[in-house]
Amino acid sequence: MALRTPLYDWHVSHGGRTVEFGGWDMPVQYGSIVEEHHVVRKAAGLFDIGHMGRLSFAGPDALALLQRIYTNNAETMKNGQVRYGLICNELGGIRDDVLVYRWPDTWSMVVNASNRDKIVNWIAQHAKGLAVNVKDETTTTCMIAVQGPQAMALCRALTDTDADRLAYYFATPAHYRGQNCIVSRTGYTGEDGIEIIASAEQGLELWEELIRRGAKPCGLGARDTLRLEAAMPLYGHELTEDLDPFQAGLSWAVKMDKGEFVGREALLRRRDDARLPRRVGLEILGRRAAREGSTVLVAGRPVGHVTSGTVTPTLNKPIAMAYMEPGHTASGTLCAVDVRGRMEEARVTPLPFYRRPKG
Amino acid sequence: MDPKTLRYAKSHEWAHLEGDICTVGLTKFAVDQLTDIIFIDLPNLEDLVAEGEGFGEIESVKAVSDLYSPITGDVVAINEKLETDPAIISGDPYDKGWLIKVKVEPGTTLDHLMTLEQYEKQIASEEH
Repeated sequence: MALRTPLYDWHVSHGGRTVEFGGWDMPVQYGSIVEEHHVVRKAAGLFDIGHMGRLSFAGPDALALLQRIYTNNAETMKNGQVRYGLICNELGGIRDDVLVYRWPDTWSMVVNASNRDKIVNWIAQHAKGLAVNVKDETTTTCMIAVQGPQAMALCRALTDTDADRLAYYFATPAHYRGQNCIVSRTGYTGEDGIEIIASAEQGLELWEELIRRGAKPCGLGARDTLRLEAAMPLYGHELTEDLDPFQAGLSWAVKMDKGEFVGREALLRRRDDARLPRRVGLEILGRRAAREGSTVLVAGRPVGHVTSGTVTPTLNKPIAMAYMEPGHTASGTLCAVDVRGRMEEARVTPLPFYRRPKG
Repeated sequence: MDPKTLRYAKSHEWAHLEGDICTVGLTKFAVDQLTDIIFIDLPNLEDLVAEGEGFGEIESVKAVSDLYSPITGDVVAINEKLETDPAIISGDPYDKGWLIKVKVEPGTTLDHLMTLEQYEKQIASEEH
């Protein structure tokens, strides 16, 4: 049976349509996905992201363990900093994409719901002989995201710390109604905002307070269209065990010079391998949306496949991300996408599709 | 149109027969399930459609679904307005949101399709 976050009953009693996602029953939408999408681009949306895996690392070898399994460099992080990175297998394929949080004496990590068991086991395997205590805190905590141009204003004085003062990709311990929580200026929508980790018991009161403050609940459907516009990869789609971070366009999250880590040897070889397909953006010129699995062709020859596709609510046209063979990845390359047996013209386009206005 | 006078296919299309012209649409239940309809792909005039076979596609932000014809015949009209404004079907699935009109053979009936009561039973079971 699928797991449920502390907010599950609230979702169901407020019209949330739930689907199984990564082993959890999660709301995909409350009403219109397009309206929920626009709320995040124009005001503030609220997401239950309690399904994301939350792990903590304590002990003298915590940093050594992280450096061993994580492609980015944890050592150069400042206290309170949050850093994106990958966990790779020995062949350089992506096991997961994660956020690492640095605290004065400990570390935290947020992993994908669908990969939580796999990563917990992987970490245990690589922690052998190290003085580190890894705890999976997913079911004892909740995680809620507030995202959008009005998110920061709406969260003012929500906790005893001023989230406004957090730089992007920094987090801080705080208190919500007297209890410990974490406030993090991160997100998965392409907008400004915060993610809050609190105790599972406080989930519902925190959620309801954020609604009273004006945040509108949004489901995973809008989360998907938002992240797709912002060209953020989704595990299982743009990221798999067969693809490496360079192919995915995530070379910035791989620090080859930080020392040894799992997958490094293979990644050294793969980094400059010009034969490997690469992630690109596609703009479909017709009206029919390309979906995951659609074949991309140039001059009638298959040269790639779509990993995610939708019609973007902001731009109101079909967009997709795809892996394309070398020679067909340049922006402006014209191609065709086989959308259920009929060819739709498309064009390789720079990522992201959407970037939030500065200010 | 009055939903009580329509007949229904398992795949959520409705049909209304007047003389030898059958109007085909999609039920409110199906439209509400899809939400965020962004594109409707309809057949060409004079295309032959066959009972139980696909005649078009309806695409929402989430996914695309096939449209199945509840009846066999030639397409004599398509609702062209849906091609530029697919939201019409969400607002008014039984009148302004009709999909196609099909000319059927003389003697054709809708007896193979469900009544409203039977259809409501089906969707009640789908909701659980």
